[in-house]
Amino acid sequence: MPAFPQPSTNDASTRHLSAVAIEKVYMKGQHRIPVLRGVEMHAHRGEFLSIVGQSGSGKSTLLHLMGLLDQPTVGEVRLRCEGADGAPTETLRVDNLPPATRDVIRNRVFGFIFQFYHLLPELNVLENVLAPLMIRDSAMKYWKNRREYRDQANAIIEQVELSHRLKHRPSELSGGEMQRAAIARALVARPEILLADEPTGNLDAQTGRGIMDLLCSLNEDHGLTIVMVTHDDAIAEQSHRIVRLANGNVERLEKAAA
Amino acid sequence: MYRLLLCTRYLRTRFIALASIISVMLGVATMIVVNSVMSGFSYEMRTRINGILADVDIETNSLNGEADAQQLMARARAVTGDRIEAISATVEVFGLLHFRRGGQWIPRPVTLVGIDPEAESKVSPLQGHLDSFRDIVEDGVVTRRKLRPEGASPNWELTDEALAYRTAWKERQRLFFQPTSSDVDPFDEQPAEQLMPEEPVFDSGEPRGTPNFDEISSEPQQLGTLATANAISAEKPGPAAGPANVTNQGFEWVSQDDDGSQKIIQTSATQEAELAGSDRGADDPFQNLMVPDELIEADAAGNTESDVDAPLHGRLYIGAGLVEILREDPRTGGVQLERMVHPGDDVKISTVSAGSPPEPRHFFATVVDVYKSGMSEYDANLVFCNLEYLQEMRGMIDPQSGKGAVTTLKIRLKDYEDAPDVVRSLQNAFPPHLFTVRTWEQKQGPLLAAVDIEAAILNVLLFLIIAVAGFGILAIFYMIVVEKTRDIGILKALGASSRGVMTIFLSYGLALGLVGSGVGAVLGLLFVRYINEIEALLAIIMGRKVFDERIYYFPSIPTQVNAFMVISVALGAIVIAVLASVLPARRASRLHPVQALRYE
Repeated sequence: MPAFPQPSTNDASTRHLSAVAIEKVYMKGQHRIPVLRGVEMHAHRGEFLSIVGQSGSGKSTLLHLMGLLDQPTVGEVRLRCEGADGAPTETLRVDNLPPATRDVIRNRVFGFIFQFYHLLPELNVLENVLAPLMIRDSAMKYWKNRREYRDQANAIIEQVELSHRLKHRPSELSGGEMQRAAIARALVARPEILLADEPTGNLDAQTGRGIMDLLCSLNEDHGLTIVMVTHDDAIAEQSHRIVRLANGNVERLEKAAA
Repeated sequence: MYRLLLCTRYLRTRFIALASIISVMLGVATMIVVNSVMSGFSYEMRTRINGILADVDIETNSLNGEADAQQLMARARAVTGDRIEAISATVEVFGLLHFRRGGQWIPRPVTLVGIDPEAESKVSPLQGHLDSFRDIVEDGVVTRRKLRPEGASPNWELTDEALAYRTAWKERQRLFFQPTSSDVDPFDEQPAEQLMPEEPVFDSGEPRGTPNFDEISSEPQQLGTLATANAISAEKPGPAAGPANVTNQGFEWVSQDDDGSQKIIQTSATQEAELAGSDRGADDPFQNLMVPDELIEADAAGNTESDVDAPLHGRLYIGAGLVEILREDPRTGGVQLERMVHPGDDVKISTVSAGSPPEPRHFFATVVDVYKSGMSEYDANLVFCNLEYLQEMRGMIDPQSGKGAVTTLKIRLKDYEDAPDVVRSLQNAFPPHLFTVRTWEQKQGPLLAAVDIEAAILNVLLFLIIAVAGFGILAIFYMIVVEKTRDIGILKALGASSRGVMTIFLSYGLALGLVGSGVGAVLGLLFVRYINEIEALLAIIMGRKVFDERIYYFPSIPTQVNAFMVISVALGAIVIAVLASVLPARRASRLHPVQALRYE
């Protein structure tokens, strides 16, 4: 029984992150290589959304655009911002904000998980997990809050069952452990949206299942909005909704449960 | 915070960074060492030159000098107020030094300086440069203690050692020359040989310079015969020595003898004398054998008081470089410093008289001491003579007033800062067509400037070394950025700004520079501190001395550490390291996160 109600796919007011008529063209010399051709997609608050497609269908690019790692050639990325301190909640276009602002949004709103984990090899698990908090704060402020942050990180590492690996370097971890460390890092800054790029792509089936269970429980227990890219339908099955991309466009929307 | 953490982490985990650190370190260390040694040399040289030269010199433009030294000194003091510490009036003139070696006279061009040691030691540390006033140290071991008592001021008296040496070689000379006369019955001469060491006092007032002087102008045999005659005369405990005409006396002694062999000598001596006399075309053959009149007078006068071994009236301090040569020892293969003239020896000086036209003047003088300042330029050039004697020899003494003329006033100032002022007022007081007034720095301008330029060029070249190290850092950093592309993408995905990423690499460069120049500075300073020990170690390894004190005159490698220099070198290295990391850092900051992440 999910803790949060299933969101309606048509309700505009629950839209959390939207890709509106997105086109993305890469230039390779003189040639224009269109990757996305007018994708329209919405992730609702608390939804676990899968984007599925063949290799080269543009699903990773779409995820990067939505995570503000890249800018669309045409179209908008919209984010629904909870008004803090009673300010009205409104949906804002975020893709054209200045780089510094986008950096802040990436840090505070999004959590990223990658296929190849992308942990920093020089740092141990705890430091990797703390990285987003270090990036967020100045050295002074971080130093002041370091105990609180460490507790926060420890709690999340506990949650992903890596407490025994705190001081280990990524190279000393197994693939599943690394991915769990990466998830802990994505969660430590308490993001609203988790963007996962093939989180199980490099793992064996059983480990991948463990990771998926973790993601599902995060989604259900904390109402985290998750957008996951995968090429594996079996994995995508576990999400609420699947968006299928082909040739840079949305093929169809279907309910995972259906 | 992440910048700091990553920066230190990269520093600790990248071995390639060690290469950059080492290159910076070596550059900094080299610069510090070279600069310290250079300024050590330069400082040592300046102090030595300043030690030899007075602060300010007033030189007459002519060789005749200016007649009244007292009046000149009074004038100098009057125009400069009380800024003058001491003045020494001297006569400076070029000349030739001849000394005997291997049976021949060796000439050396010299600058002859007539000084009063008392006054001179007030304007320059003369005492410290004289051999008998200091310990001789070889390889850190004192091989000879100083010969003069503590606190003695330089004078023209010979040390006991020099006197003993002098007596010894005089005797040796006599002994040596006696048997060379083959006509002499060896048995007949035996008593003479025994007597001689004990009784040099019986010798007549014959100037011992006579045979030496003749040797240069006539046949060597002549010297032998004359010396023999001298020796024979010495054996005779007859008439009291007196200021007699030397030629006559010598002749008289021989002719008085009844012994047949002596007569033979007399004859040969006479013949030789006549031969020389006819060569010169003079009337009196014996007179022509002898030294110029003034010499005879002087020496005869000197010898009335003591024996023939007594030093001559002309006394000299001679520069060590004039009489020292480096000679390879055929047995050990080591290079040794050989001194050809020792205190107590007699040497000949040739110079010119005052007046127009100048005429050559020759005189003999006894070496009192060897002068060694450590500046080869001076040690191989300067001969100090007693002022009055030089004035006399050069005819600089005014017959009416009895005042001797001087050519140079050496002035020591109370504070060298005043020098430009003093020079200006002296230039006003001493007409420029007669006098030249200069500070020692102006006198040595080209040399000092050359040293400064040398140091500056060396610095530029060495800084290029650090620049090379900078390019090394640039290349290594580029590599690190490429290697860290994925990490940069991750950091950006986690919200790090471009500036933040740039800061990581800039501070990485800064850290490399800091560590490199810090370690380099410490290393360089340690090297400078123990440079002589390192030199000794190198000497052991290489089997020969790297820094030969006999060539450089310094007992050890002189170094002078300038804090400002060390700091600026270290800062320069840090700045270069940071500059070198700017390009890679910019590249890192401009990396597109998506492309960076795609990189596997």
